[in-house]
Amino acid sequence: MISKEEVRHIAKLARLGITEEEAEEFQGELSSILGYIEKLKEVNVENVEPTSSAQELANVKRGDAANAPDPDVSGKLVSESPSKKDSYIKVRAVL
Amino acid sequence: MNFSELTINDLHGGLKRKEYSARELAEYFLEKIDKNDKDVLSFLTVSEELAFNQAKEADDLIKKGNDFPVLAGVPCAIKDSILVKNIRCTAGSKILENYTAPYDATCIKKLKSEYCVILGKTNQDEFAMGSSGENSAFGPTRNPRDKERVSGGSSSGSIAAVAAGFAPYSLGSDTGGSIRFPASLCGVVGLKPTYGAVSRYGLIAMASSLDQIGPVAKTVEDAETVFKVISGRDPLDSTSSSCDFYEHKANISDLKIGIPREYFTGGMDKKTEETIKDAIKKFEKEGAKIEEISLPYSPYALAVYYIIMPAEASANLARYDGIKYGYSEGGAAEDLLDVYLGSREAGFGKEVRRRIMLGTYTLSAGYYDAYYLRAQKVRTLIKRDFEKAFKKVDVIMTPVSPTQAFKFGEKADPLTMYLSDLFTVAVNLAGLPAISVPCKMQGSELPVGLQIIGKPFDESLIFETGKVFEKIR
Repeated sequence: MISKEEVRHIAKLARLGITEEEAEEFQGELSSILGYIEKLKEVNVENVEPTSSAQELANVKRGDAANAPDPDVSGKLVSESPSKKDSYIKVRAVL
Repeated sequence: MNFSELTINDLHGGLKRKEYSARELAEYFLEKIDKNDKDVLSFLTVSEELAFNQAKEADDLIKKGNDFPVLAGVPCAIKDSILVKNIRCTAGSKILENYTAPYDATCIKKLKSEYCVILGKTNQDEFAMGSSGENSAFGPTRNPRDKERVSGGSSSGSIAAVAAGFAPYSLGSDTGGSIRFPASLCGVVGLKPTYGAVSRYGLIAMASSLDQIGPVAKTVEDAETVFKVISGRDPLDSTSSSCDFYEHKANISDLKIGIPREYFTGGMDKKTEETIKDAIKKFEKEGAKIEEISLPYSPYALAVYYIIMPAEASANLARYDGIKYGYSEGGAAEDLLDVYLGSREAGFGKEVRRRIMLGTYTLSAGYYDAYYLRAQKVRTLIKRDFEKAFKKVDVIMTPVSPTQAFKFGEKADPLTMYLSDLFTVAVNLAGLPAISVPCKMQGSELPVGLQIIGKPFDESLIFETGKVFEKIR
């Protein structure tokens, strides 16, 4: 059973706002899901390599050349931002 | 003329013989959607202007009198997690409610080069998180066969649109069963291709090692026609593969079908079990060799999936921060953290936040080894199960869904809903291709889909097997 404190901590790590009521709901739901997932402890995984992807592709590369950006797309990308100035996206103070 | 009953090839033939035009087809389907979709809610955005422009281009091409592509002038619907340039793209979420796609997904570019006609973007569970369609921020899609029941998800609208006759074919996406599960519940054909067979460029990402875009249609042949167009290596998706698709015609008496015993130990309702067993018997009657196989790590697939998928999704959904695009809680927020917290609280539904938290938890320091790393190791064992099995058999057959379509609200508890994915998730974990083909049902009985699983890049064989099933079912 995970605690409400842990739920609030995870939510903050994930940058998710949740209400007090939701913290309690999520506590119950996450505990039950994590309870189900516990069954993986039964499996003997000694000497088993982890698989991160179904295929064995690794390090697919392309030449180190820059493609000219499509100004139409660049313009559209910036215009989607809720807060912008010229071709810049505005952000609250980071520091 | 009832265009809803015609296949892609039928429509291509009619266009060729000039019995009707692409414009007339577009008008027919758009009118049908306008009249009947309020009861189904398969579409979130209807792109009438785009459809008519594309129909005109198709008609101009057809008028030239030469050969033209099979998909030219044939209308389709696209899941709202696949970007179509200049059309709204929401992924079923309020956080993207007013987002307009700035570019086309690769699969869309490929369809457009064949003169496709896009009718609109279809409804789905928010960010593909759901098995019923009930997690859409814009209202659930209803099953066209019985409007009191779910259509299945997450590609709920794509499947319902084809099942309701609103589009000859559509594109969905499948991460843990999101094409196959609704296809089974609504009685249409849905394919999840081999991981890497179809480019994910332009697909709003959920779990990057599991996601695949796939076709939905009324017949296996139609699904194959669409698959041939959208598949292929894409330099913009480094996980896509240049594959040599094995071309072969299945001789039914040479076919070895594996039936995994772990998929038949209960966990499905009586009607589904009877129907699937009956379907397998029909193959046996035709001369196929049925062999019981074992996939011993099957009981762990769901747990593995519900660790890996939320973990990957929590990383992929970090980009929705109210800064670059989408819903932003800018006004009331005091600082940057508040913008993040507020935007994501208001913009994401409960299931999305639940899964992000699950993923964040299993990836966090102290838990990573016990959950995520362990899940990846069990994933290896699940993959090996299939590799061993495919040394003995050509295809594997299982049910798709443990139940027929259920009623709205019936599976309100999240874990109960997750259990719907029982038979579909292992396929995504192993990266295999799998198709859901509707079984023959009596009268007003609800649909049941048969799942045919193949070796990596063996789509040709599962298509051929599916076509045989359409004849013998």
